[in-house]
Amino acid sequence: MRILGLYNYWIFIFLMMVGFYILISRRNLVKKILGLNIFQTSVFIFYISMGKITGGTPPILVEGSEEVIYSNPLPHVLILTAIVVGVSTTAVALALVVRIKEAYGTIEGDEISAMDNQIPF
Amino acid sequence: MSDQIILRVATKIIVPTILLFALYVQFHGDFGPGGGFQAGVIAAAAFVLYALVFGLRRTHRVLPTWVVRTCASAGVLLYGGVGLATMIGGAEFLNYNVLAHDPEHGQHYGILLVELGVMITVFGVMVTIFYFFAARGREDL
Amino acid sequence: MSVLVDFALLAFLATTAIAVVRTTNLFAAVMLAGIYSLLTAGLFTVMDAVDVAFTEAAVGAGISTVLMLATLSFIGSKEESPQVRITEISAKVPDRRPLFPLFAVLVTGAILIWGTGDMPPFGDPADPIHHHVAPRYLEESGHEIGIPNVVTSVLASYRGFDTFGETTVVFTAAVGVMILLSAIRRKDRYGEERWGEEDVPNLFRGFVPNFWLGDDGRMRAPPSPQEPGEGGEGKAS
Repeated sequence: MRILGLYNYWIFIFLMMVGFYILISRRNLVKKILGLNIFQTSVFIFYISMGKITGGTPPILVEGSEEVIYSNPLPHVLILTAIVVGVSTTAVALALVVRIKEAYGTIEGDEISAMDNQIPF
Repeated sequence: MSDQIILRVATKIIVPTILLFALYVQFHGDFGPGGGFQAGVIAAAAFVLYALVFGLRRTHRVLPTWVVRTCASAGVLLYGGVGLATMIGGAEFLNYNVLAHDPEHGQHYGILLVELGVMITVFGVMVTIFYFFAARGREDL
Repeated sequence: MSVLVDFALLAFLATTAIAVVRTTNLFAAVMLAGIYSLLTAGLFTVMDAVDVAFTEAAVGAGISTVLMLATLSFIGSKEESPQVRITEISAKVPDRRPLFPLFAVLVTGAILIWGTGDMPPFGDPADPIHHHVAPRYLEESGHEIGIPNVVTSVLASYRGFDTFGETTVVFTAAVGVMILLSAIRRKDRYGEERWGEEDVPNLFRGFVPNFWLGDDGRMRAPPSPQEPGEGGEGKAS
């Protein structure tokens, strides 16, 4: 079981690092947003897996039974709202991308900074 | 996509089902998985599907922009209004115990209203965002 | 059995994430992100978070993908790598070292993996997280709130103030999108292209009293002491 737990954590770290890698190595702004989403989702999975109890059931109370083990409801509440807030902030980011495309004609980060720095061309 | 007859017919069947399912998720959220956030997103998805198949112009006729915009703010106002009502009732902000004679009934009313506020806001916000993205750069709308 | 599903879903997730990195077609990347969300929803179900799985399936695989596709319809679906893209601008941009991001990621990942040695075991009821406020929610909410779904109780009642804040954030995001996407580039009366005011009529209608608005649905400009006719930024009309 120890290995299983570590396997879970390692996959979360792997996903987080994949998102981080996309964020710092790709210059396309939409790709960067996708990377941020992957990063964000890895944190979600991490929280939810912290609340899991082996052999537990979803935290919906069962009538008249005392021995049921429920998984921890608190991370569920936090992540439930975080997902909806996440898509809202993604929408704002995409709106910014649309405006950048209209203003600069490109969404590649290096070209945008080149234009901002007034490299003569 | 409006010339695809299978899509058109299937959408006409599916959209009311999705809306009904959203209401089920909303009002069954006390007993099973579900609640305001999910119901709002599912209801918004129904209109997104309608707009994808039938076009934005017809969707605007069904659900005008000012309606969704009002929804987005009305939900937050409803949520805050419940909090103010509990304060007028003499308890803390969003302490629903005072909404009815029995604290447990008060909690029921409070959760029902608050989840309704969340659903209305999330629905309005999601449809508004979709409208603005879809209408961008199209002068004919 | 659920352990096997857990293993398989996590492996699929990792594979999909790598595919997102490697593809240069943004359309494919967006669709892969939708698949990624759906797999995440499956994983949440296995981990007993049914409410969260529901939300992730509706939001991540539904709305989020639609918004991304709507964006791609403006900007095109090709991500051009600096090597392929030979424009006059990018030719003058010094190329960043491609190995540096990999190095940074590997170091950060190694530190994090080293940190997992101190993590509490997965799924153990004795973990510290299960001994804070969660037992109270599980034991007391049945007769304090009186509804079976503990997640709803905590969301709407015990932590209602928190949810109020989240709802406000969602609303604020809609306001932000409206402000960003309602301005258009247009020609002013001197024939120069500039960013105009909001073009969508009725942006403010319903939010402010009607007598604040002009005939075109914009906010009336306040009467200014300077003489008119100077040719202000966007105040044509």
